[in-house]
Amino acid sequence: MASLEIKFKRASKIYKEGDTVKGSVSITSKDSITHNGLSLMMEGAVNLQLSAKSVGMFEAFYNSLKPIQIIQYSVELAKPGKIPSGTTDIPFELPLKPKSGKKLHETYHGVFVNITYTLRCDMKRSLLAKDLQKTSEFIVEYGDSATKAMDKPVDFCITPESLANVKERNNVPDFKVTGKIDTVNCCITKPFTGELCVERCSAPIRSIEIQLVRVETCGCAEGYARDPTEIQNIQIADGDVCRGVMIPLFMIFPRLFTCPTISTSTFKVEFEANIVIVFQDDHLVTENFPITLHRL
Amino acid sequence: MASEWKPRVRQYQLETSRIECPLEDCPPEEHPLKAIVVETIQAKKADKKSKKDKDEPAIVDPLSTKEEIVDPLSQASIDPLSQAISDPLSAVLTDSVKIGSTFGAPVSKEEDRDITFEPWSSKRTGILEKYTTSEKIPITTSFLSNEERQKLETRATAVMEADKVKHRLEQLDDLEDGGQQETLNLSQKEYIRKIDTMNRSLTDAWQRDQRVMSLKITIQCSKLLADNGVIHFYPSKFVLITDILDNFGNLVFERIREKSAYTPPNSSKSIELPKNFSPEQVPESAKETCRNWFFKIASIRELVPRFYVEAALLNCYRFLTDQEFTQALIRLTKMTRGIGDPLVAAYARAYLCRVGQTVATSGREYVVINFTDYLNTFSQLNSDFVQNILAVQSLDMSKYLRLFVPAVEWILQCVAHKGTEKLLEEVIGLIKEKTSSGLVYNALISSFDPRFISKRALEFADLIKDSEETVVSKYELYVSLGNCVVIVDPPEKQRMPLLNNVWKPVMKLEDPSQYISCAQVWIEYVAKHFTRKEVNTLLGDIIKHMMPGKAFEDHYSEILSIVNKILPYFTDFSQLFSMDKFLPYIDLCQKESVKVEASKNIVRSFTVKQTTDTNDPLIINGMMYLCKILHDSLDAMSLNDDRRQISELITSFLGKISFGRDFEQQLSFYVEARAAFSNLDAVLIYLVHNVNLLAMQTRLLVKGNHNRKTASFVRACIAYSFITVPSIDAILYRLNLYLISGRVAVANGALSQGDAFFKAAVTALKEVPQYMDMDHRRQSTEDFAQSFFCNLFSTLLVIPDNPDREPLLLIRSALNSLEDYNWIENSDTKYKVYSSAICLLAAVCQDKYLYSIDKVDSNDALYSGEKKFTNEVVSLVSKLLAVIWNHIKGLTSPDDAKRQAKLALGLFARLSVHSDVTDPAVSKMLVNIWNIAQRENSGLSGDLLARIKSLVSGRKECAGLAGMLAVPTDTF
Repeated sequence: MASLEIKFKRASKIYKEGDTVKGSVSITSKDSITHNGLSLMMEGAVNLQLSAKSVGMFEAFYNSLKPIQIIQYSVELAKPGKIPSGTTDIPFELPLKPKSGKKLHETYHGVFVNITYTLRCDMKRSLLAKDLQKTSEFIVEYGDSATKAMDKPVDFCITPESLANVKERNNVPDFKVTGKIDTVNCCITKPFTGELCVERCSAPIRSIEIQLVRVETCGCAEGYARDPTEIQNIQIADGDVCRGVMIPLFMIFPRLFTCPTISTSTFKVEFEANIVIVFQDDHLVTENFPITLHRL
Repeated sequence: MASEWKPRVRQYQLETSRIECPLEDCPPEEHPLKAIVVETIQAKKADKKSKKDKDEPAIVDPLSTKEEIVDPLSQASIDPLSQAISDPLSAVLTDSVKIGSTFGAPVSKEEDRDITFEPWSSKRTGILEKYTTSEKIPITTSFLSNEERQKLETRATAVMEADKVKHRLEQLDDLEDGGQQETLNLSQKEYIRKIDTMNRSLTDAWQRDQRVMSLKITIQCSKLLADNGVIHFYPSKFVLITDILDNFGNLVFERIREKSAYTPPNSSKSIELPKNFSPEQVPESAKETCRNWFFKIASIRELVPRFYVEAALLNCYRFLTDQEFTQALIRLTKMTRGIGDPLVAAYARAYLCRVGQTVATSGREYVVINFTDYLNTFSQLNSDFVQNILAVQSLDMSKYLRLFVPAVEWILQCVAHKGTEKLLEEVIGLIKEKTSSGLVYNALISSFDPRFISKRALEFADLIKDSEETVVSKYELYVSLGNCVVIVDPPEKQRMPLLNNVWKPVMKLEDPSQYISCAQVWIEYVAKHFTRKEVNTLLGDIIKHMMPGKAFEDHYSEILSIVNKILPYFTDFSQLFSMDKFLPYIDLCQKESVKVEASKNIVRSFTVKQTTDTNDPLIINGMMYLCKILHDSLDAMSLNDDRRQISELITSFLGKISFGRDFEQQLSFYVEARAAFSNLDAVLIYLVHNVNLLAMQTRLLVKGNHNRKTASFVRACIAYSFITVPSIDAILYRLNLYLISGRVAVANGALSQGDAFFKAAVTALKEVPQYMDMDHRRQSTEDFAQSFFCNLFSTLLVIPDNPDREPLLLIRSALNSLEDYNWIENSDTKYKVYSSAICLLAAVCQDKYLYSIDKVDSNDALYSGEKKFTNEVVSLVSKLLAVIWNHIKGLTSPDDAKRQAKLALGLFARLSVHSDVTDPAVSKMLVNIWNIAQRENSGLSGDLLARIKSLVSGRKECAGLAGMLAVPTDTF
């Protein structure tokens, strides 16, 4: 049985626009194989999906939800013929360029928006034998942008008074949590940092967490669906922490699940950070901070 | 053939002038016999001494090694740190150079670390032993069973790359959400086993390339650390789980290292990374793997596992950058602030310090931050949160705080490691600000360089006075402080006030065990810096504290150790014994074995320290008392080894006591010693030798002319020996002592006493068994008997006969006992001794004996060749000859031919020298004997026979005899 494998020259498989994707297709087989052509296809697409709750609303403009192709072209690696037994490496070099009129976005795996880039290798074979196929994903990132986003620090102070939508204000314990987020203009490769201090709190605290939320918007001018979902939740304090101590906020943006904030006419990917304070009695207080991600 | 024998008439003078004789060289006034006597005693003494010499190292060794133990300690505490202090700049310089050039490989760091730093491994065991529980410990695991694992595997290979990552993260989430959790309640043993299994399955999973699985296991384990259920087991749990974390850290590190085998620019072969690689050498792919690990960890939801796993992988930052360590350590340090439970947080800090210690040599500010953070958590101890824990776990505050001890000690040890004095001051300042908990002080004192502590001993004494006693009570602090000031002397000025400050509170301690543990440490300080007066006071105080309620019974080891601690500081034992509390103190040891041990140590120390002889009555009394304790401790059940050891100790003590020329005093001391140590043969033997020596010294002093006083003194000495020797069990020693003492008696003109000795010896001979255990082997006593008889014979030659008794009574009775001796059946030894007896008898017949004792008339003077006496001798010889001849003749079997020939040749050699060969009957007999020796099957070489013949013919009067001797022709 023959097998195909796509090897990238870069171990990280990360490329940016204008790069040449280099690598090789290696075919391993015990016997020599006859084939009707070996081709390699580069594909890049934005897949949009609708959440169950908004399906009905969008049936009307079904069109706008089909995948948006960003790149699609193929090259022939080998003419029909025979490949000797053993391992055969066929090198390739493909330029990473979007289709005309399209823009490359960073690789992103979300819930409703997925931006993926793949290489697919096909080996056509005679009717009797099965065609061989191998797909391998690679990652696209923006090049370092020339302009540096300004640091935008945010100070916060959470008290019972600062809370919105509280039903019974009497039940809320007396507390004061102050802190600072170093910047809400974040670089995706740098951690999200800041600090927080529980100055006073009458009820015992169970946990303090940073929640990273993505907000994906699909739609067009006619209407849109906006769905916030949690990416990750990082606990920064466990148990009833010491009062008056500066607790660091520290979170690394997960790769693949985050990308620089995107805003296009058909879809948007935005992010928010929540600071969540959970009390022993499972009541929780959340403070929301919209953040913008950049690749610097 | 009885009447055939005639003694040869010897002219010893003439003979000596003819052959070169060493006797001539001797100064004329020194009589051979006298020389022999004195020499034997001295030789014996020397023998004894050399034995002692040989053994002395054995006695000395334990003590000296003990001193050696002290040495490296003090060195250790001074050397490495003094380096750090004296030259901090250069140290820092070398450090930074090292980091710059080699990027501090862990191995080289290992070497850097010095011995003052107690390694984790030793601490680990201590914790495991100390913190145990009998309660059930809940453990929550979501271990996938085997089939689930397989499912997972197949799923993992099926999904696409991106999905794989996602999938992995989902798995992690699964785990955190506790998808398939089971909670078990395990006993401590089961718990440990469970953790052990987890560790193994971690390695297992790793080897099967299931890294996600291993990570999961690790996360699960570290999650257990966030749980403070069964709180008094927590420190042990920490130890067990951090083992797993360490294991995991190593696995990851090794894996990345393997992956980063790199190809140098001008070679095609890839090589492994060197031990001290720099990040530039690490290939991009390995860095990527490394980064992925950190990304994975960063996404762990819960704080405690995220912290522990990252700390475990800290070493892997080496693959990425040079500077990461310091930042990462500080970041992790700050991260611990988020841990609400103070106990969990304290241990997390300890772990961080531990890991930090192995990865980073420089940039240690994180340790101090850690410590400050820890001090901050003191404010939490009164919070409801902690109170709830205490209530739930039904714990009191002090027990709860005790759980912190290992963590705090470890953190402080890290703070103090190679710390400077300034740092100490800062830390003291910090502590003073936050708490006065004894717990922290104790860790502080025991972890910082004793020199710094010692310098501030007074300050610490004050701090201790005001400290809280919730966890570590004051006495423990005093013990710690005491250890410091013993190792390093505090400044002169502080010494006395320090003692006062410390001892006052210590004296008030009511619990005897607390009191004695302080005393045990501080006694050394007092012995080192103050006089015996203070030591005496302290001992008195100890007695006072130990007496009520027989408290001493529970603290024998401490009491003993106090004795051992003061001994090195007393070189003059009269000082020691002049303390009126010392012997009462020893009496505290009412348990026999302890008392013996204490006495042993003192006596041993005395024998080493006391280099000159002494007659100080204080010392003698004290030492006699102690030696008596040792002696009395032995009974029939005692081991031989103990017996030997104690004998050695006592004899070496006896050897140090000398009254100079006051011999009578010396003798009475020996009398006392005999009374005290009557059960020890070795001591008695030693005493007899010494008393004999005393007698001979007296003789030397009066140059052989005893006056009435010396004569009676010498008789007293002899009497001493005479009554001491019989009480010695070892028969062979007894015989020798009889002989030697007999000689001494005769040499001093005490003839009847001498006779008594010899008679006793002869009688005792019968008691000698055929076989005896000598040198741990069962041996025949014949060799001893033969040499003893010869020795006896040569002495008996000069012993004059008692005129009231028949002639030659002693020789006869010696021959009788020779006959009665337990010879091995059919052995030749008896006949060899007989032929020696013939030599003696031949010498007896001479007109003037070969040697004599100064001022003692031997038989030659008494009988002066009287015919009747000679005949008596001749008939005796003839009887002997007949016995020997019969024996030789009796050896007829072919196997015995060689034996027969040898015996015959021996007899021939003796007779040819001692008989009158000109007498035809004698020469005929000799020829007969010769013929037996030279028979063909004798096995004796013709060459040998020919040489003997030529020797014989060398003597003029033997020419006739030589002519008759046939020699086997084959050799010519």
